[in-house]
Amino acid sequence: METKAFQKIYTKITQITKATCSLKATGIGYEEMAFVHGRLAQVVKIIGDDVTLQIFEGTEGVPTNAEVIFLGRPPVLKVSDELSGRYFNAYGDPIDGGPVIEGEERQIGGPSVNPVRRKQPSEFIPTGIAGIDLNNALVTGQKIPFFADPDQPYNQVMAMVALRADADKIILGGMGLTNDDYLFYKNVFDNAGALDRIISFVNTTENPPVERLLVPDMALTAAEYFAVDKNQKVLVLLTDMTLYADALSIVSNRMDQIPSKDSMPGSLYSDLAKIYEKAVQFPDGGSITIIAVTTLSGGDITHAIPDNTGYITEGQLFLRKDTDIGKVVVDPFRSLSRLKQLVIGKKTRADHPQVMNAAIRLYADAANAKTKQENGFDLTDYDERTLNFAKDYSDKLLAIDVNIEVDQMLETGWNLFNKHFEPAEVGIKQEFVDEYWPKN
Amino acid sequence: MEKINKMTKGKVAGIIANLVFVEVDGPVQQNEICYIDLEGTKLMAEIIKIVGTQAYVQVFESTRGLRINNTVDFTGHMLEITLGPGILSKNYDGLQNDLDKMDGVFLKRGEHTNPLEDDKKWEFKPIAKPGDVLEAGGWLGEVKENWMPHKIMVPFKFEGKYTVKSVTDAGEYTIQDTIAVVTDENGKDINLTMIQKWPAKLAVKAYKEKPRPFKLLETGVRVIDTLNPIAEGGTGFIPGPFGTGKTVLQHALSKQAEADMIIVAACGERANEVVEIFAEFPELDDPRTGRKLMERTTIIANTSNMPVAAREASVYTAMTLAEYYRAMGLKILLLADSTSRWAQALREMSNRMEELPGQDAFPMDLPAIISNFYSRAGFTYLNNGESGSITFIGTVSPAGGNLKEPVTESTKKAARCFYALSQQRADSKRYPAIDPLESYSKYAEYPELEEYFRENIDPEWPEKIRLARNILIRSREVSEQINILGDDGVPVEYHDRFWKGEVVDFVILQQDAFDKTDCSTPLERQKYMLNKVLDIYHTKFSFESFEDVGSYFKRIINQMKQMNYSEYESDEFKNNEKELNSLIEERKIA
Repeated sequence: METKAFQKIYTKITQITKATCSLKATGIGYEEMAFVHGRLAQVVKIIGDDVTLQIFEGTEGVPTNAEVIFLGRPPVLKVSDELSGRYFNAYGDPIDGGPVIEGEERQIGGPSVNPVRRKQPSEFIPTGIAGIDLNNALVTGQKIPFFADPDQPYNQVMAMVALRADADKIILGGMGLTNDDYLFYKNVFDNAGALDRIISFVNTTENPPVERLLVPDMALTAAEYFAVDKNQKVLVLLTDMTLYADALSIVSNRMDQIPSKDSMPGSLYSDLAKIYEKAVQFPDGGSITIIAVTTLSGGDITHAIPDNTGYITEGQLFLRKDTDIGKVVVDPFRSLSRLKQLVIGKKTRADHPQVMNAAIRLYADAANAKTKQENGFDLTDYDERTLNFAKDYSDKLLAIDVNIEVDQMLETGWNLFNKHFEPAEVGIKQEFVDEYWPKN
Repeated sequence: MEKINKMTKGKVAGIIANLVFVEVDGPVQQNEICYIDLEGTKLMAEIIKIVGTQAYVQVFESTRGLRINNTVDFTGHMLEITLGPGILSKNYDGLQNDLDKMDGVFLKRGEHTNPLEDDKKWEFKPIAKPGDVLEAGGWLGEVKENWMPHKIMVPFKFEGKYTVKSVTDAGEYTIQDTIAVVTDENGKDINLTMIQKWPAKLAVKAYKEKPRPFKLLETGVRVIDTLNPIAEGGTGFIPGPFGTGKTVLQHALSKQAEADMIIVAACGERANEVVEIFAEFPELDDPRTGRKLMERTTIIANTSNMPVAAREASVYTAMTLAEYYRAMGLKILLLADSTSRWAQALREMSNRMEELPGQDAFPMDLPAIISNFYSRAGFTYLNNGESGSITFIGTVSPAGGNLKEPVTESTKKAARCFYALSQQRADSKRYPAIDPLESYSKYAEYPELEEYFRENIDPEWPEKIRLARNILIRSREVSEQINILGDDGVPVEYHDRFWKGEVVDFVILQQDAFDKTDCSTPLERQKYMLNKVLDIYHTKFSFESFEDVGSYFKRIINQMKQMNYSEYESDEFKNNEKELNSLIEERKIA
């Protein structure tokens, strides 16, 4: 980012903390960007002529006589079609060795959509994964996170979902990605032959943590450009939002704010909502769908980060290792897509809701049978059959390596019902049983 | 409170997020509204603290780009709500801007739109006559707003008595036309139009008295009406972890409750949920009037991504609108989803002002603020002998699903009904997930209400309700014993007792909000089904083994669910009942 000749340069910093510095300056706008000792910084507090700046890279080695140059504008991203296929850092500067983007400057973290101008989401996004499409169908304009423990393959699943999903643009916002994961995404995207529809904003663990705070806004500003200006269907991937929230707590701590639950800032809910609520179905056909990752610590969803996230997002997807089949599955009990009602049985086959519910109910019966078994009680014939069903169901439908069309998922469901149960035990409306129960 | 300091101006002296320090040149008042000039855009803000010549203001919009020395104009009044015909069916933001009048897809900073229509003509009919003596809230005339008689009143701000000098003839007028002239106690004439303003944070007191609630407000939700009834003019709250169906329940209440007007304050929640109301309500029929639901609904939408300070204002805006319509003698149901977001807005601001925090960093006066707000609901007798009511139900989103957190605890002290949504019930798909034993309604014990039940529903109703609760309690106790001792470790009667509780649970408590018949149950039908369930409870059955008990009662439950799904007193309903009766005969001990 270039500096301009007429800009006034300040050289007298009065206070330096780990993340901020203060100086005397006048005529400065709130949230304005500046360079401090060549590092990007943003105004976070102005009292009289005392201006406090948050330095994204940290303050290590910043001298009191460092050059401070104010840029006269909040953080911006240059948007144009040139963004496609490129990799950027948290400031929107290319990191793939390619040329600088030419385009219109847009302020990041822009205004909200007027709720009366939103359209009700109604378009199904198939992913091929039955644990998602069958049980927790995704809809354009939805926002949904994976709740996963750090050892689970959420980045792989998300990359898979992204590439299979029918989207015009896929925008990755990577926060605190390990270099290995970054290279994984890069490799998958480069080899997918769809690079022109992928854009990445990446902050790795090698970059300063506070920089992460810019990543979601950068990714979503690009998303709004394609969804609003170009009426495209945009899928935004944000990984890992827990690391984003951790960065928020670092900053609020350095600003001497009183922490609330789990040492998170009191504004965590609003901060997360501002990001997730950018998911929207626009009236002119464009949409922004957000799939995020929130890593949990030991599966604890009462921690402030997953808890606040759950209140904001439209459901959540849980990954779990099923030891019976040795695969990772999408947990049908704890996962939920709040918007699925808008598409299942409407955009998909009419028997979809019933097949989904019946299979989950039988899977729940299997879980009860398992508890009985573990407690040493005798199993009935029905219990045995549910256990066998559960194994098949896990393997053929819930496992994340499944990649089939929704109709095939439904067929698989009917075949499993037929293999293990009588129609009366499945409890599906008679008209569907007549039509779909396998005849043999 | 009018225009004491019209001309005070100020300059921005400091900025921390949406808290701005303003150096003022004259008198200002607490909670006064001011506008900060940002290169021609007027940012609305409210004074929340004053120290010397510095006013601390919370800005209702983003402060990006704001500079020291930007000018500030004070208005001399608090946040005022504009009251007049045209409020029904509107979609407002938290500050009563009409969202439909705004241009473009995105909200623009500093855009303020008229909450009413200045040009629209209303069919006016006079009520008061010259010589009548009225007080604030006295009815001068009425216009038809959608299908509702909308009373034009002596403004709430007026103190003392006013003599009506003239009321205009019946005819078409705009809200700006003078429709009456009244004379105050000093002989001064005042021209009145159809509009008036009222500061949102103050309670409207234009009524004669507020008795204890004594009537039932029907909601069509069985677990509420039958087991934990809410009174007309009562208060209740619904706490629950995410995913337990708070919003589905609130939507059900807003669709079915027996009220003249519904005000929904979507306070810091998901925008797509508000969009669902926008999309559905104009299509859905109000069973009571045959008109569209939207015609009796006003929505205050301040979704979670809209400015935080306006979130706090939104619940007060909604309450003020409710009080205005209550003064017309109407029955209002006010729903706020979720009051926790409002409390969080208070917390963010308290934190920025570096106040000493209370529990979980919430401000110390949180319980007082919450109880003060809940106290604005209520059943009222108006000065003219008519009555009106505001029934208020708020949702609470407890952090981590823990009901011991400050917002839940403070609300528990203020609200009289407690509808606890349980994760366990939600997980086992027993919806609505209101825990029947954890939840309570203090109104159920009011002698006034017991009297009402005996007269209007059933002379034995209060006893029957207590019995139903007892059945559930005993069923739960027995189920715990069965879990420990195993199915065959307890006598068969234990299974009988457990399953009789399950009948109450499946037939009365559980209700399918997405089924067009089962979603709403009128009181008459609730009574019929409860009697049916109690009959089964009193019936003695013979069973050989515990396996018989479960499979038999599953059939009973299935048969009664079919009754719930069929239209009341239809052939289908009666056939299902006949089958149920023969099923009962199978094992009945004479």
